[in-house]
Amino acid sequence: MAQRTTEIVTGLFIIAGLAALMFLALQVSGLSPKSDADTYTLYANFNDVGGITPRGKVAMAGVTVGSVKSVTLDRDTFQARVELTIDANVDNIPADSSAVIRTSGLLGEQYIDISIGGDMDSLNAGDTFYSTQSAMNLERLITNFASGK
Amino acid sequence: MMDRIASLGRVGLDVVATVGRAGRFLAGVLTGVPRPSVGFPLLVRQLYSVGVLSLAIIVVSGLFIGMVLGLQGYTILSDYGSEAAIGQMIALTLVRELGPVVTALLFAGRAGSALTAEIGLMKATEQLSSMEMMGVDPLRRVIAPRLWAGFIAMPILAAIFSVVGIWGGMLVGVEWLGVFEGSFWGNMQSSVSFTQDVLNGVIKTVVFGFVCSWIAVFQGYDCVPTSAGISSATTKTVVYSSLAVLGLDFVLTAVMFGDF
Repeated sequence: MAQRTTEIVTGLFIIAGLAALMFLALQVSGLSPKSDADTYTLYANFNDVGGITPRGKVAMAGVTVGSVKSVTLDRDTFQARVELTIDANVDNIPADSSAVIRTSGLLGEQYIDISIGGDMDSLNAGDTFYSTQSAMNLERLITNFASGK
Repeated sequence: MMDRIASLGRVGLDVVATVGRAGRFLAGVLTGVPRPSVGFPLLVRQLYSVGVLSLAIIVVSGLFIGMVLGLQGYTILSDYGSEAAIGQMIALTLVRELGPVVTALLFAGRAGSALTAEIGLMKATEQLSSMEMMGVDPLRRVIAPRLWAGFIAMPILAAIFSVVGIWGGMLVGVEWLGVFEGSFWGNMQSSVSFTQDVLNGVIKTVVFGFVCSWIAVFQGYDCVPTSAGISSATTKTVVYSSLAVLGLDFVLTAVMFGDF
């Protein structure tokens, strides 16, 4: 009988551990059971990516629709080429939309915002954004203002 | 002069011999897997005494550490008007560092010392040698279940510690200091990555659990079979485990998170 009680309590202990791990996965890290098949890839070239890093957020009207996969330098144009992973259910981004780097709050992290265009055609997987707007560089802004440009 | 050099050499030889004994001991324990019908009840009993009985100290420490993190984080972050980032701060601190490390330190103090004292006393009262006389391998019968129990219990305890700590931080941050609950969880979820943060934390706890239980059972098995020997072995368990955990934590952190 004592052995059985021990076994039951130990079983509960292991279940509590697994539940804690599930909580860390789902509630704390926001992991959702979703495979790569549910996304597609778009590209955007920026003159200056500022603080955009892989895993950064891609938003549309403030709603997160994807993430940054990689940031590389294009050797020919000397621009930054950003690979974006977009949710597959957002498959109707107008072809003349532009990718803009914005900052959440004054000192918050930077993210890529997709400004909606008016084209009837939409971007397909592997397409590159036609127009982009680079990160606002506060230092450059102040320098320009101080020198009166 | 020559005596000094000789004593230095003796210390060096002792260290090498101890490491060698610990390695052979570990190999003996890991290869001697008992039959499931015999081994499983033994493992469950050890999981109970190593894991379940450590639960109280883990939960209470986790709760208070989470609450302190909430208070301290709020004080610092509210200076910059970004107290909404408190959830992110608490979760990352607990999942990456404090969860694995503090759990391992508490585990070494609570369970490791008990394992060492128990095995040491078994050796001092010649229970281990009488087992050998009866043809029962004490490594399989006594040591292996304890080593595996520590190895299994540590990640579970650390996961519970982190969850309770995050809950404690939420208690202070959201319920008491009035941070908006949505941004508390939202910031946390957008910044904590499952593979980068949670899984790396779990890997840390697995390593710490293994090292702590290994040190504990080896110190007990290797102790001088007197009351003074048992007391010094228990002290050594706590000291060596703590040092090993803190040192390994630096190495693991450098490997896992060192690339930025």
